[in-house]
Amino acid sequence: MSDPRAAGDPILSVHGVRFRHHGAAAALFEDLSLAVAPGEFLGVIGPNGSGKTTLLRLLAGVAEPAGGEVRLAGRPIRAIAPPERARQVAVVFQEARVLFNFSVLEIALMGRAPRLGRWGMERPEDFAAARAALLEMDLAGQEDRHLHELSSGERQRALIARALAQEPRIVLMDEPTAFLDLKHRLQIYAILTRLNRDRGLTVIATSHDLNLAARYGSRLVLLHRGRVAADGPPASVLTAARIREVYETEARVERDAATGAPYVVPIAPVR
Amino acid sequence: MPPLTARRLWVSIGLLSAGFAACVAVCASIGSTHHTLLDLLRQAPGGETAAATILRIRLPRILMAALAGAALGASGAVFQAVLRNPLADPFILGVSGGAALGAFLATAAGLQALAPLLPVREAAAFLGASATVGSLFLLSSAGGRLLSYPMLLIGVIMNTVYLALILLIETVVDFTRLHGVRLWMIGSIPIEGYGLISGLSVLLVLGVAGLSLSGRDLNLMSAGEDAARSLGVTVERTRLVTVLLASLITAAVVSVAGPIGFVGLIVPHAARLVFGPDHRLLVPASALTGAIFLMAADTAARTVMAPTEIPVGVITALCGGPFFLWLYRRQGGGGYFE
Repeated sequence: MSDPRAAGDPILSVHGVRFRHHGAAAALFEDLSLAVAPGEFLGVIGPNGSGKTTLLRLLAGVAEPAGGEVRLAGRPIRAIAPPERARQVAVVFQEARVLFNFSVLEIALMGRAPRLGRWGMERPEDFAAARAALLEMDLAGQEDRHLHELSSGERQRALIARALAQEPRIVLMDEPTAFLDLKHRLQIYAILTRLNRDRGLTVIATSHDLNLAARYGSRLVLLHRGRVAADGPPASVLTAARIREVYETEARVERDAATGAPYVVPIAPVR
Repeated sequence: MPPLTARRLWVSIGLLSAGFAACVAVCASIGSTHHTLLDLLRQAPGGETAAATILRIRLPRILMAALAGAALGASGAVFQAVLRNPLADPFILGVSGGAALGAFLATAAGLQALAPLLPVREAAAFLGASATVGSLFLLSSAGGRLLSYPMLLIGVIMNTVYLALILLIETVVDFTRLHGVRLWMIGSIPIEGYGLISGLSVLLVLGVAGLSLSGRDLNLMSAGEDAARSLGVTVERTRLVTVLLASLITAAVVSVAGPIGFVGLIVPHAARLVFGPDHRLLVPASALTGAIFLMAADTAARTVMAPTEIPVGVITALCGGPFFLWLYRRQGGGGYFE
């Protein structure tokens, strides 16, 4: 097997995308371009309002750009039938409120919907995939609990299990570890890293935690005011000068002796 | 509750259908005269009066109540999912009120008399319901997203305005008939001919089947619009189709029985407790539960104070209000409704 990263054509890309939020005075993206190769583990970082979530929604095909194009494996994403797109791209959104008394297992089974005929019931292999995803997310004993009874961390893991049950080629995550404790934070990144390494799963995750992004991402994209301010290996993106400019924060950037990844120690906001 | 399987789907629908048939039989045997279905079957002396009472008076009314309950139950389940709001129901959202205003205007303007063979009143009710839903979507969306609570507020306001308009017009046009309109506005089941009943039945069976077939999409939409999109649902299309179908069946029964409250709100919640949240089962289960509930309520309405009749809307509200409060407390004071 060749290294999937060596594969030439991008699996997901945006080309000259323009996007303006409804009612906003100025466009968020004027002319954004970005390409993600199959098998990449991409961290998207940037301050609040820099466009991370919107970029993810555009990449997922759930938001439409006003101009330019998003392509999935070379095809315009809007030309792909939604169920087919959903078999390839799974998304974990940050604000995810599920109404009604759905159980954890039912939530994970929702990830199988793109693989079922419109009116088909879930098959044994769908239950197997959903349970395997719950097992990975440490929720195997919780499958009958209702989502609204869970802690926010458990809820987040249930929603990640739904994405894993989709068995996608690409997974997009908006702040996947925002509500999680230390253990589950590392656990989720470890699982993503394993799926990335073993199955060539392409991972694109936004994060406010620069150190987590730097440790697990093979590449970081730093967004600033709707533009790509830096793009490359973590060590080249995370410099003290850039953090001062983009995050308006004085920081020391060290190197983690164990992982070799850059390690940001914030000091004080720039006045 | 374990996830839905084909077996549980069909067993539940089978049991509910059996319950429905039993309820029809029991309700047909209760009334101010002591005729029962058994008299009819035995062809006992006096069987002709039994037949007349049951077949011409009780049964049409029972079936009409069943149709109204089924339509309101199913559309309540659908509105709650599509609008992502557990408080949504055709009555609260003003869909019933819009249908009532439409039907009332068509009658007051004498349009039905112009084309007696066409379903003019029903069409006007559907227009009123659709216009209400259209305005709800327009007024409560921002940036392509529906805002759940503003929508509820707007629905409540529209509903109040509609009912006020109906009363105002009726007062101006024909003061003496006000009492009849008041009864209709709180909902009461009339005795209709079998022609209308069969027509409505066909519409309802098709409508509920169509809505049930969107069940999985409704499940995914309960997880959020973006989540549903990312799972392959064409949200706009699903929303349009299901809301139109739900409005159509609501309008059809409201034009006949008036805007009956609470059925569309409490029946889906009760069905969800018993049958689980999966809309592939919940939609048909809400239809059958709604039918049973309204048949029983209407039987109570015509018998408990006989010969005086209580409007069925009074019974549904009196049963529904306390039930809803109990449900709300049972769900931990609203964690489920957040």
